[in-house]
Amino acid sequence: MSTNPNSSHGRLDTVTGVTTTGHEWDGIEELNNPLPRWWLWVWYACIVWSIGYWVMYPSWPLLREATPGVMGWNSRTAVTEQLDQLQALRAESTAKLANASLQQIEDTPALLTLARAQGRVAFADNCAPCHGQGGGGAVGFPNLNDDDWLWGGSLDQIYQTISYGVRSGDDKAHSGNMPAFGRDGILTRPEISAVAGYVRVLAGLDKPGPTTEKGKEVFLANCAACHGDEGKGNQELGAPNLTDGIWLYGSSKATIEYGVTNGRGNVMPAWHTRLDPTTIKVLTVYVHSLGGGR
Amino acid sequence: MSTIQDPIPAPAKSMRFGEAGLLVVFAILAFCSIIVAAKAYSASYAFHAYIFAAASIAAVFAIGNRYMDRPAGPVPQEINGKPNYNFDVVKVGTVLAVFWGIAGFAAGVTAALQLAFPMFNFDTSWFSFGRLRPLHTSAVIFAFGGNVLIATSFYVVQRTSRARLAGDLAPWFVVLGYNLFIVIAATGYLLGITQSKEYAEPEWYADLWLTVVWVTYFLVFLGTVLKRKEPHIYVANWFYFAFIITIAMLHIGNNVTIPVSVFSHKSYIYWSGVQDAMFQWWYGHNAVGFFLTAGFLAIMYYYIPKRAERPVYSYRLSIVHFWALIFIYIWAGPHHLHYTALPDWAQTLGMTFSVILWMPSWGGMINGLMTLSGAWDKLRTDPVIRMMVVAVAFYGMSTFEGPMMAVKAVNSLSHYTEWTIGHVHSGALGWVAYISFGAIYCMVPWLWHKKEMYSLRAVSWHFWVSTLGIVLYISSMWVAGILQGLMWRAYTSLGFLEYSFIETVEAVHPLYVIRAVGGILFLIGGLIMAWNVWMTIRTPLTEAERELALAPAE
Repeated sequence: MSTNPNSSHGRLDTVTGVTTTGHEWDGIEELNNPLPRWWLWVWYACIVWSIGYWVMYPSWPLLREATPGVMGWNSRTAVTEQLDQLQALRAESTAKLANASLQQIEDTPALLTLARAQGRVAFADNCAPCHGQGGGGAVGFPNLNDDDWLWGGSLDQIYQTISYGVRSGDDKAHSGNMPAFGRDGILTRPEISAVAGYVRVLAGLDKPGPTTEKGKEVFLANCAACHGDEGKGNQELGAPNLTDGIWLYGSSKATIEYGVTNGRGNVMPAWHTRLDPTTIKVLTVYVHSLGGGR
Repeated sequence: MSTIQDPIPAPAKSMRFGEAGLLVVFAILAFCSIIVAAKAYSASYAFHAYIFAAASIAAVFAIGNRYMDRPAGPVPQEINGKPNYNFDVVKVGTVLAVFWGIAGFAAGVTAALQLAFPMFNFDTSWFSFGRLRPLHTSAVIFAFGGNVLIATSFYVVQRTSRARLAGDLAPWFVVLGYNLFIVIAATGYLLGITQSKEYAEPEWYADLWLTVVWVTYFLVFLGTVLKRKEPHIYVANWFYFAFIITIAMLHIGNNVTIPVSVFSHKSYIYWSGVQDAMFQWWYGHNAVGFFLTAGFLAIMYYYIPKRAERPVYSYRLSIVHFWALIFIYIWAGPHHLHYTALPDWAQTLGMTFSVILWMPSWGGMINGLMTLSGAWDKLRTDPVIRMMVVAVAFYGMSTFEGPMMAVKAVNSLSHYTEWTIGHVHSGALGWVAYISFGAIYCMVPWLWHKKEMYSLRAVSWHFWVSTLGIVLYISSMWVAGILQGLMWRAYTSLGFLEYSFIETVEAVHPLYVIRAVGGILFLIGGLIMAWNVWMTIRTPLTEAERELALAPAE
């Protein structure tokens, strides 16, 4: 169809010099312009490129399976190849770290640098959501920068904690629990109030008062089994030291009363199901070197 | 009361079939809704059942009142030989579109602020990002865009067919029923009711209701085209048809769900795993293709030539690009699932058809822009034309960017990053919203018999403020997206990730703030429009306008 002025009932549009199709709706007409040449050719080029792509790669589904493409490419092998490349790139450093003991890694500056470089990102992606960027901790989530450890701060102890977690349900997980003395009816409210007051005295936050003696009695009968007679804690049981001025949940009397009443027991996952042993090793060294490692 | 008898007795009034039928249907629906509300498993579902009951009872009263007030006999199709257009539904749809537009933009601004500053979640579940985000997308796409599409389609199909809208109550059922769906969907999101399918979040009962409304919409549109007084069907109506039919197909295909119980809002989709994903993105991408592209191209094909008073550039191009667009778009969905469990062949087809789609998409851009030949000076003098032309330019940009991002090599960088958000918004803000604003600015004076909008200066302000907003929005998201893509794939020389995820979040934070500022500017533009529309409607008619208003439409 050319812009033949005789071919339709259209009129000549004087502005563009093109005829209209002769149709009209609510005053709207259409010009008889041909398809733009460049438009058509670019479209053909896109189609040709696509046909080429179909030949090269898996594309059209047939009865049993799709055409595989002459390149023999598929996403499964592509991923495997990329992972292999990555493993090759990592092989040297991974082997070094895998073969060295935790202590050797920490004693060898080259290995330590390697572990810290990998550990930084592994920590940020896996641990930081709870323990904070840089391991600063948050309420209920221990600070990893200080030298106060719930479950021990040696390399082996940290490795154990990361691998199996705390109250994670794993057989080898740390599993100590702070009982709910109030909720379970072991202690009365006045007893809880007294023992909370005594804990603050132990910690040096308050001066002894009228209920301190009663609090001490309650403490020795109920708390000392785990936290020790002097409240110094026990890392075997994950019982915190109550005298060092470091508080996981806070030191106000109300917070302590809440803890005694309802118990405490946050969960840390067992990472051995998600991370490979070398990554856990690297994380151990990284956490150990944050400042508080023993 | 006059005691003088009319010489000709008025014909006895009797209820039309549609009126009686709808009365019965709504009475039954009200009854059933109350039963469902009483036995519902969750308070939120009971709340929705009560909304349905209230809406049904309101409908019963509205139909009854309308019957009492209306004259006897059928509605005249023509007055003095000119079509008796039904523009009341168009007016309601237009005003609702403006309202939902503001609501949707405000929800978007809040969501943008939440991403930059989490305190804007206000520590409630109702306004948390996870619920506000679908509220935003549905409000702008389906509430704002949907009302614009329904209103303009009812306007355009009447004018270009020279026929009154088919149906008596049906057009009202479409506009009001659709907005009831919007209310159900929106309140559902805030209450936590969702089937977790992007852009198809409403649960089964809302989906069923929408299906009924949508089929009615199709029948009203079809009926109007069938009784047209023009020999041919105008191109805008082809696009509206493609939009209405395909959305029906997509909506049903992607919502084949099995409810847990009639008394529960929860349902489960029939498809599972990667088939569900494929259905979802066949739906999702063609919602873009047939709702946000075909529907709004229909708007372009009427309002641009009408406003510019120029013929459409090429009839032939409109035919070729129309059929190419609808046949090719439907294949492009799998490009949303590159590098996933979707079989490689499907990914290949999704990618290549996206590339083949580039030129058919641009056919609409060429036809829109070249229609301005001989009227380019209006860009300078008419802010409404300027808005619509910039819309077409953004359309061209997004429909180039889309196929490019569908290419697997590009997608491996852009997927899951903010680049996608930037791309969507250059299409949504630049194309969909701008062509809608243009249509509203054209149509409000036409509908309310005004010569022009209350203030063209305000239109100009709307244009510049929101354009600045769009530029800030999309450029910040481009930078953020490419930054994320590059940081995520960065490895050290030892083969370990260079950056943790949280570091990439920190890196894009300033860009999130810029994006929120862009969104706020766009919202301000929308408020200027709402004020302008309000003032245009409220200003009393001048003498010349009143004469025009009394005459039947041309």
